Amino acid sequence: MNEKNNTLLIYTLLYFGFLYVPVLFLPIFSFNDANYMSFPLAGFTTEHYEEMWSKRNLHKALWASIKVGVVASVISTTIALFAAKAFARYKFRGQKISYGGIMMPFLIPEIILAVAILIIWINLGFKLGLVPVTIGHTLFCTPFAMLILIARIEGFDFSLEEASRDLGENAWGTFFRVSFPLYLPGIVAALLLSFIISFDEFILAFFLTGSDATLPMYMWGQMRFVQKLPHVLALGAVIIVFTTFIVLLAFWLRNVGQGKVKKDIAVKL
Amino acid sequence: MIGFWKKIYAKHDSVKAYSLLSPALILIILAMVVPMALMLSFSMFTQVNMMEIDYTFTFQRYIDFFQKNLLVTLLIKSIKISFLVTLITLITAYPVCYYIAFYVKKNKMLWLVLLTLPFWTSYLLRVFSWKIILGTKGVINSSLINAGILNEPLTFLMYSETAVVITLTHAWAAFALLPLYVSLEKIDFSFIEAGRDLGLSRFEVFWKITFPLSLPGVIGAILIIFIPTVGDYVTPALLGGTDGRMLSNMIQAYFGKINNIPLGAASATIMLTTVVFITIIVSNVTKKLTQRLT
Repeated sequence: MNEKNNTLLIYTLLYFGFLYVPVLFLPIFSFNDANYMSFPLAGFTTEHYEEMWSKRNLHKALWASIKVGVVASVISTTIALFAAKAFARYKFRGQKISYGGIMMPFLIPEIILAVAILIIWINLGFKLGLVPVTIGHTLFCTPFAMLILIARIEGFDFSLEEASRDLGENAWGTFFRVSFPLYLPGIVAALLLSFIISFDEFILAFFLTGSDATLPMYMWGQMRFVQKLPHVLALGAVIIVFTTFIVLLAFWLRNVGQGKVKKDIAVKL
Repeated sequence: MIGFWKKIYAKHDSVKAYSLLSPALILIILAMVVPMALMLSFSMFTQVNMMEIDYTFTFQRYIDFFQKNLLVTLLIKSIKISFLVTLITLITAYPVCYYIAFYVKKNKMLWLVLLTLPFWTSYLLRVFSWKIILGTKGVINSSLINAGILNEPLTFLMYSETAVVITLTHAWAAFALLPLYVSLEKIDFSFIEAGRDLGLSRFEVFWKITFPLSLPGVIGAILIIFIPTVGDYVTPALLGGTDGRMLSNMIQAYFGKINNIPLGAASATIMLTTVVFITIIVSNVTKKLTQRLT
Protein backbone atom coordinates (compact mmCIF):
# COMPACT_ATOMS: atom_id res chain seq x y z
CA MET A 1 0.00 0.00 0.00
CA ASN A 2 1.68 3.20 -1.07
CA GLU A 3 -0.95 5.70 -0.06
CA LYS A 4 -0.66 7.73 3.08
CA ASN A 5 -3.29 8.01 5.73
CA ASN A 6 -2.87 11.17 7.74
CA THR A 7 -5.96 10.68 9.88
CA LEU A 8 -4.62 7.37 11.10
CA LEU A 9 -1.14 8.82 11.57
CA ILE A 10 -2.47 11.62 13.75
CA TYR A 11 -4.57 9.15 15.72
CA THR A 12 -1.53 6.89 16.22
CA LEU A 13 0.55 9.80 17.48
CA LEU A 14 -2.23 10.81 19.89
CA TYR A 15 -2.33 7.24 21.14
CA PHE A 16 1.41 7.39 21.76
CA GLY A 17 0.71 10.52 23.79
CA PHE A 18 -1.90 8.66 25.82
CA LEU A 19 0.62 5.90 26.53
CA TYR A 20 3.58 8.10 27.41
CA VAL A 21 2.33 11.35 28.95
CA PRO A 22 0.91 9.83 32.19
CA VAL A 23 4.20 8.09 32.93
CA LEU A 24 6.14 11.31 32.31
CA PHE A 25 4.31 13.16 35.09
CA LEU A 26 6.28 11.22 37.70
CA PRO A 27 9.71 12.56 36.67
CA ILE A 28 8.25 16.05 36.11
CA PHE A 29 6.78 16.32 39.58
CA SER A 30 9.81 14.68 41.19
CA PHE A 31 11.72 17.91 40.50
CA ASN A 32 8.85 20.15 41.63
CA ASP A 33 9.48 22.15 44.76
CA ALA A 34 6.17 21.34 46.48
CA ASN A 35 4.52 18.55 48.41
CA TYR A 36 1.41 18.40 46.24
CA MET A 37 1.21 17.50 42.58
CA SER A 38 -0.61 20.20 40.70
CA PHE A 39 0.02 22.93 38.14
CA PRO A 40 1.57 25.45 37.98
CA LEU A 41 4.92 23.94 38.94
CA ALA A 42 6.42 25.61 42.00
CA GLY A 43 10.10 25.57 41.09
CA PHE A 44 13.01 23.26 40.51
CA THR A 45 14.54 21.19 43.31
CA THR A 46 16.54 18.01 43.78
CA GLU A 47 15.55 17.87 47.45
CA HIS A 48 13.23 14.87 46.93
CA TYR A 49 16.11 12.87 45.54
CA GLU A 50 18.25 13.69 48.56
CA GLU A 51 15.39 12.68 50.83
CA MET A 52 15.06 9.40 48.96
CA TRP A 53 18.76 8.73 49.42
CA SER A 54 18.48 9.08 53.20
CA LYS A 55 15.72 6.50 53.78
CA ARG A 56 17.04 3.38 55.47
CA ASN A 57 13.86 1.36 54.86
CA LEU A 58 14.10 2.14 51.19
CA HIS A 59 17.59 0.71 51.01
CA LYS A 60 16.39 -2.44 52.74
CA ALA A 61 13.46 -2.78 50.35
CA LEU A 62 15.70 -2.19 47.34
CA TRP A 63 18.08 -4.91 48.51
CA ALA A 64 15.14 -7.29 49.08
CA SER A 65 13.82 -6.64 45.56
CA ILE A 66 17.23 -7.21 44.01
CA LYS A 67 17.68 -10.51 45.87
CA VAL A 68 14.22 -11.78 44.89
CA GLY A 69 14.65 -10.54 41.31
CA VAL A 70 18.04 -12.16 40.76
CA VAL A 71 17.06 -15.54 42.23
CA ALA A 72 13.65 -15.63 40.51
CA SER A 73 15.03 -14.60 37.11
CA VAL A 74 17.92 -17.08 37.19
CA ILE A 75 15.71 -20.02 38.23
CA SER A 76 12.87 -19.18 35.86
CA THR A 77 15.19 -18.61 32.89
CA THR A 78 16.95 -21.93 33.53
CA ILE A 79 13.67 -23.83 33.79
CA ALA A 80 12.31 -21.95 30.77
CA LEU A 81 15.40 -22.74 28.69
CA PHE A 82 14.89 -26.50 29.06
CA ALA A 83 11.16 -26.17 28.40
CA ALA A 84 11.67 -23.90 25.38
CA LYS A 85 14.13 -26.39 23.94
CA ALA A 86 11.60 -29.22 24.35
CA PHE A 87 8.87 -27.24 22.54
CA ALA A 88 11.09 -25.91 19.77
CA ARG A 89 12.89 -29.18 19.07
CA TYR A 90 10.46 -32.04 19.56
CA LYS A 91 6.97 -33.09 18.58
CA PHE A 92 5.44 -35.17 21.34
CA ARG A 93 2.19 -36.30 22.88
CA GLY A 94 0.60 -33.88 25.31
CA GLN A 95 2.55 -30.98 23.80
CA LYS A 96 -0.42 -28.62 23.74
CA ILE A 97 -1.50 -29.44 27.29
CA SER A 98 2.02 -29.04 28.66
CA TYR A 99 2.39 -25.73 26.85
CA GLY A 100 -0.96 -24.50 28.15
CA GLY A 101 -0.08 -25.61 31.67
CA ILE A 102 3.22 -23.74 31.70
CA MET A 103 1.55 -20.60 30.25
CA MET A 104 -1.23 -20.73 32.89
CA PRO A 105 0.40 -18.48 35.54
CA PHE A 106 0.48 -15.76 32.89
CA LEU A 107 -3.26 -16.12 32.22
CA ILE A 108 -4.77 -16.67 35.67
CA PRO A 109 -5.54 -13.49 37.65
CA GLU A 110 -2.47 -12.93 39.80
CA ILE A 111 -4.48 -12.50 42.97
CA ILE A 112 -5.60 -16.14 42.70
CA LEU A 113 -2.00 -17.38 42.47
CA ALA A 114 -1.12 -15.19 45.45
CA VAL A 115 -4.01 -16.47 47.56
CA ALA A 116 -3.29 -20.11 46.67
CA ILE A 117 0.42 -19.85 47.57
CA LEU A 118 -0.47 -17.96 50.75
CA ILE A 119 -2.81 -20.73 51.92
CA ILE A 120 -0.35 -23.56 51.30
CA TRP A 121 2.57 -21.63 52.78
CA ILE A 122 0.95 -20.77 56.10
CA ASN A 123 -0.54 -24.27 56.39
CA LEU A 124 2.87 -25.84 55.97
CA GLY A 125 3.76 -23.80 59.03
CA PHE A 126 6.31 -21.57 57.26
CA LYS A 127 6.75 -17.87 57.91
CA LEU A 128 5.83 -15.37 55.22
CA GLY A 129 8.77 -13.51 53.74
CA LEU A 130 10.97 -13.27 50.69
CA VAL A 131 11.08 -17.04 50.04
CA PRO A 132 7.40 -17.48 49.09
CA VAL A 133 7.61 -14.22 47.09
CA THR A 134 10.56 -15.67 45.16
CA ILE A 135 8.62 -18.88 44.48
CA GLY A 136 5.63 -16.86 43.25
CA HIS A 137 7.83 -14.69 41.03
CA THR A 138 9.61 -17.73 39.58
CA LEU A 139 6.23 -19.21 38.70
CA PHE A 140 5.08 -15.93 37.14
CA CYS A 141 8.30 -15.22 35.19
CA THR A 142 8.73 -18.70 33.67
CA PRO A 143 6.09 -18.31 30.90
CA PHE A 144 7.56 -14.92 29.86
CA ALA A 145 11.09 -16.30 29.75
CA MET A 146 9.87 -19.34 27.83
CA LEU A 147 8.13 -17.22 25.15
CA ILE A 148 11.32 -15.22 24.57
CA LEU A 149 13.49 -18.35 24.44
CA ILE A 150 11.15 -20.29 22.12
CA ALA A 151 11.31 -17.39 19.66
CA ARG A 152 15.09 -17.59 19.87
CA ILE A 153 15.44 -21.36 19.59
CA GLU A 154 12.88 -21.75 16.79
CA GLY A 155 15.14 -19.95 14.33
CA PHE A 156 17.97 -22.27 15.33
CA ASP A 157 19.45 -24.80 12.96
CA PHE A 158 19.51 -28.09 14.87
CA SER A 159 21.86 -29.68 12.33
CA LEU A 160 24.64 -27.71 14.08
CA GLU A 161 23.97 -29.75 17.21
CA GLU A 162 23.84 -32.97 15.25
CA ALA A 163 27.13 -32.11 13.57
CA SER A 164 28.72 -31.57 16.96
CA ARG A 165 27.40 -34.93 18.19
CA ASP A 166 28.63 -36.66 15.04
CA LEU A 167 32.06 -35.16 15.55
CA GLY A 168 32.20 -36.91 18.90
CA GLU A 169 31.20 -34.20 21.39
CA ASN A 170 28.96 -35.45 24.21
CA ALA A 171 25.59 -33.92 25.15
CA TRP A 172 26.97 -31.47 27.73
CA GLY A 173 29.84 -30.43 25.50
CA THR A 174 27.43 -29.84 22.64
CA PHE A 175 25.20 -27.79 24.87
CA PHE A 176 27.95 -25.62 26.30
CA ARG A 177 30.05 -25.21 23.18
CA VAL A 178 27.44 -25.06 20.43
CA SER A 179 23.90 -24.38 21.63
CA PHE A 180 24.55 -22.16 24.64
CA PRO A 181 26.64 -19.50 22.85
CA LEU A 182 24.00 -19.30 20.12
CA TYR A 183 21.14 -19.01 22.62
CA LEU A 184 23.05 -16.56 24.78
CA PRO A 185 21.48 -13.28 23.59
CA GLY A 186 18.03 -14.81 24.12
CA ILE A 187 19.03 -16.09 27.55
CA VAL A 188 20.30 -12.68 28.62
CA ALA A 189 17.13 -11.02 27.27
CA ALA A 190 15.00 -13.52 29.22
CA LEU A 191 17.04 -12.92 32.38
CA LEU A 192 16.72 -9.15 32.11
CA LEU A 193 12.99 -9.14 31.37
CA SER A 194 12.26 -11.68 34.14
CA PHE A 195 14.24 -9.54 36.55
CA ILE A 196 12.20 -6.47 35.61
CA ILE A 197 8.91 -8.34 35.96
CA SER A 198 9.91 -9.54 39.42
CA PHE A 199 11.33 -6.15 40.38
CA ASP A 200 8.03 -4.41 39.57
CA GLU A 201 5.64 -7.13 40.74
CA PHE A 202 3.22 -6.05 43.42
CA ILE A 203 0.31 -8.45 44.10
CA LEU A 204 2.28 -11.61 44.96
CA ALA A 205 4.62 -9.53 47.12
CA PHE A 206 1.65 -7.84 48.79
CA PHE A 207 0.19 -11.17 49.93
CA LEU A 208 3.40 -13.04 50.66
CA THR A 209 6.10 -10.71 52.03
CA GLY A 210 4.92 -10.42 55.62
CA SER A 211 7.23 -7.80 57.12
CA ASP A 212 10.12 -7.94 54.60
CA ALA A 213 8.96 -5.28 52.14
CA THR A 214 10.08 -5.31 48.53
CA LEU A 215 10.43 -2.00 46.67
CA PRO A 216 6.86 -1.88 45.27
CA MET A 217 5.59 -2.75 48.78
CA TYR A 218 7.64 0.10 50.22
CA MET A 219 6.16 2.54 47.68
CA TRP A 220 2.66 1.25 48.41
CA GLY A 221 3.22 1.92 52.12
CA GLN A 222 4.38 5.48 51.45
CA MET A 223 1.65 6.37 48.97
CA ARG A 224 -0.89 6.73 51.74
CA PHE A 225 0.87 9.71 53.29
CA VAL A 226 0.69 12.95 51.33
CA GLN A 227 3.83 14.45 52.87
CA LYS A 228 5.85 11.36 51.93
CA LEU A 229 4.75 11.32 48.30
CA PRO A 230 7.51 13.51 46.78
CA HIS A 231 10.31 11.06 47.55
CA VAL A 232 8.16 8.24 46.12
CA LEU A 233 7.97 10.32 42.93
CA ALA A 234 11.75 10.62 42.87
CA LEU A 235 12.09 6.90 43.46
CA GLY A 236 9.50 6.23 40.75
CA ALA A 237 11.41 8.39 38.29
CA VAL A 238 14.63 6.51 39.00
CA ILE A 239 12.86 3.16 38.60
CA ILE A 240 11.32 4.24 35.29
CA VAL A 241 14.71 5.29 33.88
CA PHE A 242 16.33 2.08 35.14
CA THR A 243 13.64 -0.29 33.79
CA THR A 244 13.49 1.51 30.44
CA PHE A 245 17.24 1.09 30.07
CA ILE A 246 17.16 -2.62 30.95
CA VAL A 247 14.18 -3.33 28.68
CA LEU A 248 15.75 -1.53 25.71
CA LEU A 249 18.94 -3.49 26.31
CA ALA A 250 16.94 -6.74 26.35
CA PHE A 251 15.09 -5.86 23.13
CA TRP A 252 18.33 -4.90 21.45
CA LEU A 253 19.98 -8.17 22.49
CA ARG A 254 17.04 -10.15 21.20
CA ASN A 255 16.98 -8.53 17.77
CA VAL A 256 20.63 -7.81 17.05
CA GLY A 257 21.64 -11.27 18.20
CA GLN A 258 18.97 -12.89 16.07
CA GLY A 259 20.21 -11.23 12.88
CA LYS A 260 23.79 -12.09 13.69
CA VAL A 261 23.17 -15.78 14.27
CA LYS A 262 21.43 -16.12 10.92
CA LYS A 263 24.26 -14.31 9.22
CA ASP A 264 26.85 -16.48 10.97
CA ILE A 265 25.09 -19.63 9.92
CA ALA A 266 24.70 -18.36 6.38
CA VAL A 267 28.40 -17.55 6.22
CA LYS A 268 29.37 -20.98 7.53
CA LEU A 269 27.17 -22.71 5.02
CA MET B 1 20.82 -51.52 32.40
CA ILE B 2 22.16 -48.04 31.76
CA GLY B 3 22.54 -48.97 28.14
CA PHE B 4 18.88 -49.92 28.00
CA TRP B 5 17.76 -46.55 29.35
CA LYS B 6 20.14 -44.76 27.03
CA LYS B 7 18.56 -46.56 24.10
CA ILE B 8 15.05 -45.61 25.16
CA TYR B 9 16.19 -42.05 25.71
CA ALA B 10 17.78 -41.82 22.30
CA LYS B 11 14.85 -43.38 20.46
CA HIS B 12 11.88 -41.54 21.84
CA ASP B 13 11.42 -37.85 21.34
CA SER B 14 8.69 -37.82 23.99
CA VAL B 15 11.08 -39.09 26.65
CA LYS B 16 13.63 -36.44 25.72
CA ALA B 17 11.00 -33.72 25.58
CA TYR B 18 9.50 -34.63 28.95
CA SER B 19 12.86 -34.84 30.66
CA LEU B 20 13.54 -31.29 29.42
CA LEU B 21 10.07 -30.20 30.49
CA SER B 22 10.17 -31.81 33.92
CA PRO B 23 11.56 -28.84 35.88
CA ALA B 24 8.86 -26.55 34.45
CA LEU B 25 6.11 -29.10 35.03
CA ILE B 26 7.27 -29.75 38.61
CA LEU B 27 7.26 -25.99 39.25
CA ILE B 28 3.73 -25.65 37.86
CA ILE B 29 2.47 -28.61 39.88
CA LEU B 30 4.09 -27.65 43.19
CA ALA B 31 3.64 -23.89 43.03
CA MET B 32 0.32 -23.66 41.19
CA VAL B 33 -1.72 -26.87 40.87
CA VAL B 34 -1.29 -28.12 44.45
CA PRO B 35 -1.79 -24.68 46.04
CA MET B 36 -4.91 -24.12 43.93
CA ALA B 37 -6.27 -27.54 44.91
CA LEU B 38 -5.69 -26.63 48.54
CA MET B 39 -7.42 -23.29 47.97
CA LEU B 40 -10.38 -25.22 46.59
CA SER B 41 -10.56 -27.45 49.66
CA PHE B 42 -10.24 -24.46 52.01
CA SER B 43 -13.26 -22.93 50.32
CA MET B 44 -15.23 -25.83 51.80
CA PHE B 45 -14.10 -25.30 55.41
CA THR B 46 -15.44 -22.97 58.08
CA GLN B 47 -13.69 -20.19 59.97
CA VAL B 48 -14.72 -20.70 63.63
CA ASN B 49 -12.90 -17.75 65.15
CA MET B 50 -9.79 -15.67 64.44
CA MET B 51 -7.44 -18.62 64.91
CA GLU B 52 -9.46 -21.78 64.35
CA ILE B 53 -10.78 -23.41 61.22
CA ASP B 54 -13.31 -26.24 61.20
CA TYR B 55 -12.19 -28.79 58.61
CA THR B 56 -15.51 -30.53 57.90
CA PHE B 57 -16.57 -30.26 54.28
CA THR B 58 -19.45 -27.94 53.51
CA PHE B 59 -20.69 -25.89 50.56
CA GLN B 60 -21.90 -23.23 52.98
CA ARG B 61 -19.20 -20.70 51.89
CA TYR B 62 -20.58 -20.72 48.34
CA ILE B 63 -24.09 -20.20 49.68
CA ASP B 64 -22.70 -17.40 51.88
CA PHE B 65 -21.13 -15.79 48.81
CA PHE B 66 -24.36 -15.67 46.85
CA GLN B 67 -26.35 -14.57 49.87
CA LYS B 68 -24.11 -11.58 50.47
CA ASN B 69 -25.37 -8.86 48.19
CA LEU B 70 -22.07 -7.03 48.44
CA LEU B 71 -20.04 -9.94 47.06
CA VAL B 72 -22.41 -10.63 44.16
CA THR B 73 -22.51 -6.92 43.34
CA LEU B 74 -18.70 -6.76 43.39
CA LEU B 75 -18.43 -9.83 41.15
CA ILE B 76 -20.83 -8.31 38.63
CA LYS B 77 -19.02 -4.97 38.86
CA SER B 78 -15.63 -6.66 38.29
CA ILE B 79 -16.99 -8.35 35.18
CA LYS B 80 -18.59 -5.14 33.95
CA ILE B 81 -15.43 -3.07 34.46
CA SER B 82 -13.27 -5.71 32.75
CA PHE B 83 -15.72 -5.90 29.88
CA LEU B 84 -15.62 -2.12 29.40
CA VAL B 85 -11.82 -2.04 29.67
CA THR B 86 -11.46 -4.85 27.12
CA LEU B 87 -13.86 -3.20 24.67
CA ILE B 88 -12.32 0.28 24.94
CA THR B 89 -8.75 -1.04 24.75
CA LEU B 90 -9.58 -3.05 21.62
CA ILE B 91 -11.38 -0.21 19.84
CA THR B 92 -8.68 2.34 20.63
CA ALA B 93 -5.72 0.06 19.90
CA TYR B 94 -7.03 -1.44 16.64
CA PRO B 95 -6.46 1.62 14.41
CA VAL B 96 -2.93 2.02 15.77
CA CYS B 97 -2.04 -1.59 14.87
CA TYR B 98 -3.78 -1.18 11.51
CA TYR B 99 -1.67 1.87 10.79
CA ILE B 100 1.61 0.20 11.73
CA ALA B 101 0.79 -3.02 9.88
CA PHE B 102 -0.31 -1.41 6.61
CA TYR B 103 1.11 2.11 6.37
CA VAL B 104 4.44 2.08 8.21
CA LYS B 105 7.19 1.05 5.82
CA LYS B 106 10.45 1.34 7.71
CA ASN B 107 11.39 0.29 11.25
CA LYS B 108 8.14 -1.42 12.15
CA MET B 109 9.90 -3.13 15.04
CA LEU B 110 10.93 0.22 16.47
CA TRP B 111 7.31 1.41 16.45
CA LEU B 112 6.26 -1.76 18.24
CA VAL B 113 9.01 -1.52 20.84
CA LEU B 114 8.02 2.09 21.52
CA LEU B 115 4.37 1.07 21.86
CA THR B 116 5.11 -1.63 24.41
CA LEU B 117 7.84 0.20 26.32
CA PRO B 118 5.56 1.99 28.83
CA PHE B 119 4.08 -1.41 29.71
CA TRP B 120 7.41 -2.47 31.20
CA THR B 121 7.54 0.36 33.71
CA SER B 122 6.18 -0.64 37.08
CA TYR B 123 2.44 -1.32 37.09
CA LEU B 124 2.14 0.32 40.49
CA LEU B 125 3.79 3.50 39.20
CA ARG B 126 1.62 3.65 36.10
CA VAL B 127 -1.50 3.41 38.24
CA PHE B 128 -0.05 5.96 40.60
CA SER B 129 0.61 8.42 37.77
CA TRP B 130 -3.13 8.36 36.99
CA LYS B 131 -3.76 9.35 40.58
CA ILE B 132 -1.59 12.40 39.91
CA ILE B 133 -3.59 13.20 36.78
CA LEU B 134 -7.12 12.54 37.97
CA GLY B 135 -6.82 13.58 41.62
CA THR B 136 -8.92 16.35 43.18
CA LYS B 137 -5.80 18.53 43.24
CA GLY B 138 -4.33 16.66 40.28
CA VAL B 139 -3.09 17.74 36.89
CA ILE B 140 -6.48 17.99 35.14
CA ASN B 141 -8.31 19.74 37.93
CA SER B 142 -5.52 22.17 38.85
CA SER B 143 -4.99 23.12 35.20
CA LEU B 144 -8.69 23.68 34.56
CA ILE B 145 -9.07 25.76 37.73
CA ASN B 146 -5.97 27.81 36.90
CA ALA B 147 -7.25 28.44 33.41
CA GLY B 148 -10.46 29.78 34.94
CA ILE B 149 -12.64 27.16 33.28
CA LEU B 150 -13.68 25.56 36.55
CA ASN B 151 -14.31 26.92 40.02
CA GLU B 152 -14.40 23.59 41.79
CA PRO B 153 -12.58 20.37 41.00
CA LEU B 154 -14.39 17.68 39.03
CA THR B 155 -15.05 15.00 41.61
CA PHE B 156 -16.19 12.23 39.29
CA LEU B 157 -12.65 11.88 37.92
CA MET B 158 -11.20 10.39 41.08
CA TYR B 159 -12.38 7.51 43.25
CA SER B 160 -14.86 6.26 40.70
CA GLU B 161 -15.51 3.51 38.20
CA THR B 162 -14.49 5.94 35.44
CA ALA B 163 -11.05 6.37 37.00
CA VAL B 164 -10.62 2.59 37.22
CA VAL B 165 -11.67 2.04 33.59
CA ILE B 166 -9.37 4.79 32.23
CA THR B 167 -6.39 3.57 34.23
CA LEU B 168 -6.85 -0.08 33.31
CA THR B 169 -7.25 0.84 29.64
CA HIS B 170 -3.86 2.52 29.84
CA ALA B 171 -2.27 -0.25 31.89
CA TRP B 172 -3.27 -3.14 29.61
CA ALA B 173 -2.80 -1.46 26.22
CA ALA B 174 0.27 -3.52 25.32
CA PHE B 175 -1.74 -6.71 25.67
CA ALA B 176 -4.10 -5.57 22.95
CA LEU B 177 -1.46 -4.02 20.72
CA LEU B 178 0.76 -7.08 20.32
CA PRO B 179 -1.80 -9.76 19.32
CA LEU B 180 -3.71 -7.30 17.10
CA TYR B 181 -0.55 -6.25 15.31
CA VAL B 182 0.62 -9.82 14.79
CA SER B 183 -2.70 -10.88 13.23
CA LEU B 184 -2.97 -7.78 11.03
CA GLU B 185 0.62 -8.11 9.87
CA LYS B 186 -0.07 -11.66 8.69
CA ILE B 187 -2.88 -10.64 6.34
CA ASP B 188 -1.95 -11.15 2.72
CA PHE B 189 -2.35 -7.76 1.17
CA SER B 190 -3.47 -9.18 -2.17
CA PHE B 191 -6.81 -10.15 -0.53
CA ILE B 192 -7.46 -6.51 0.23
CA GLU B 193 -6.38 -5.41 -3.24
CA ALA B 194 -8.63 -8.06 -4.77
CA GLY B 195 -11.55 -6.72 -2.74
CA ARG B 196 -10.86 -3.21 -3.97
CA ASP B 197 -10.53 -4.37 -7.57
CA LEU B 198 -13.87 -6.11 -7.32
CA GLY B 199 -15.43 -2.78 -6.47
CA LEU B 200 -15.96 -3.06 -2.72
CA SER B 201 -15.93 0.19 -0.79
CA ARG B 202 -13.24 0.79 1.82
CA PHE B 203 -15.76 0.06 4.53
CA GLU B 204 -16.85 -3.20 2.92
CA VAL B 205 -13.24 -4.27 2.43
CA PHE B 206 -12.64 -3.72 6.11
CA TRP B 207 -15.76 -5.54 7.32
CA LYS B 208 -15.66 -8.41 4.89
CA ILE B 209 -11.92 -9.01 4.56
CA THR B 210 -9.59 -7.27 6.98
CA PHE B 211 -11.59 -7.56 10.19
CA PRO B 212 -12.52 -11.25 9.86
CA LEU B 213 -8.90 -12.10 9.07
CA SER B 214 -7.72 -10.26 12.15
CA LEU B 215 -10.15 -12.09 14.45
CA PRO B 216 -7.52 -14.44 15.96
CA GLY B 217 -5.69 -11.38 17.27
CA VAL B 218 -8.94 -9.89 18.54
CA ILE B 219 -9.75 -13.07 20.48
CA GLY B 220 -6.23 -13.23 21.88
CA ALA B 221 -6.45 -9.62 23.01
CA ILE B 222 -9.90 -10.11 24.56
CA LEU B 223 -8.71 -13.05 26.64
CA ILE B 224 -5.40 -11.65 27.85
CA ILE B 225 -6.99 -8.35 28.86
CA PHE B 226 -10.25 -9.62 30.30
CA ILE B 227 -8.84 -12.42 32.48
CA PRO B 228 -6.29 -10.44 34.49
CA THR B 229 -8.40 -7.29 34.82
CA VAL B 230 -11.25 -9.22 36.48
CA GLY B 231 -8.80 -9.92 39.30
CA ASP B 232 -7.16 -6.51 39.44
CA TYR B 233 -6.45 -5.19 42.91
CA VAL B 234 -4.13 -2.19 42.69
CA THR B 235 -6.17 0.11 40.48
CA PRO B 236 -9.48 -0.18 42.35
CA ALA B 237 -7.63 0.11 45.67
CA LEU B 238 -5.78 3.29 44.66
CA LEU B 239 -8.34 4.96 42.41
CA GLY B 240 -11.66 3.22 42.87
CA GLY B 241 -12.95 4.64 46.14
CA THR B 242 -16.15 2.91 47.20
CA ASP B 243 -17.75 3.25 43.78
CA GLY B 244 -14.95 1.53 41.89
CA ARG B 245 -14.22 -1.31 44.30
CA MET B 246 -13.86 -4.78 42.77
CA LEU B 247 -14.03 -8.36 44.04
CA SER B 248 -10.24 -8.60 44.59
CA ASN B 249 -10.36 -5.87 47.20
CA MET B 250 -12.83 -7.96 49.19
CA ILE B 251 -10.78 -11.15 48.73
CA GLN B 252 -7.77 -9.31 50.13
CA ALA B 253 -9.85 -8.21 53.12
CA TYR B 254 -10.89 -11.80 53.85
CA PHE B 255 -7.24 -12.81 53.98
CA GLY B 256 -6.33 -9.64 55.89
CA LYS B 257 -8.33 -7.78 58.46
CA ILE B 258 -11.62 -9.72 58.26
CA ASN B 259 -9.72 -13.01 58.50
CA ASN B 260 -12.17 -15.42 56.94
CA ILE B 261 -9.88 -17.59 54.84
CA PRO B 262 -12.56 -20.10 53.70
CA LEU B 263 -14.85 -17.35 52.41
CA GLY B 264 -11.85 -15.66 50.77
CA ALA B 265 -10.89 -18.95 49.13
CA ALA B 266 -14.49 -19.46 47.96
CA SER B 267 -14.55 -15.94 46.47
CA ALA B 268 -11.26 -16.60 44.66
CA THR B 269 -12.61 -19.92 43.36
CA ILE B 270 -15.77 -18.24 42.11
CA MET B 271 -13.66 -15.58 40.39
CA LEU B 272 -11.58 -18.27 38.70
CA THR B 273 -14.66 -20.24 37.63
CA THR B 274 -16.20 -17.10 36.15
CA VAL B 275 -13.01 -16.38 34.22
CA VAL B 276 -12.80 -19.93 32.87
CA PHE B 277 -16.49 -19.87 31.93
CA ILE B 278 -16.18 -16.57 30.07
CA THR B 279 -13.00 -17.78 28.32
CA ILE B 280 -14.89 -20.82 27.00
CA ILE B 281 -17.83 -18.70 25.82
CA VAL B 282 -15.58 -16.14 24.11
CA SER B 283 -13.52 -18.74 22.28
CA ASN B 284 -16.60 -20.68 21.14
CA VAL B 285 -18.55 -17.65 19.98
CA THR B 286 -15.59 -16.24 18.10
CA LYS B 287 -14.83 -19.62 16.55
CA LYS B 288 -18.35 -19.75 15.11
CA LEU B 289 -18.11 -16.12 14.04
CA THR B 290 -14.82 -16.78 12.25
CA GLN B 291 -16.32 -19.75 10.43
CA ARG B 292 -19.27 -17.70 9.28
CA LEU B 293 -17.22 -14.72 8.17
CA THR B 294 -14.48 -16.52 6.32
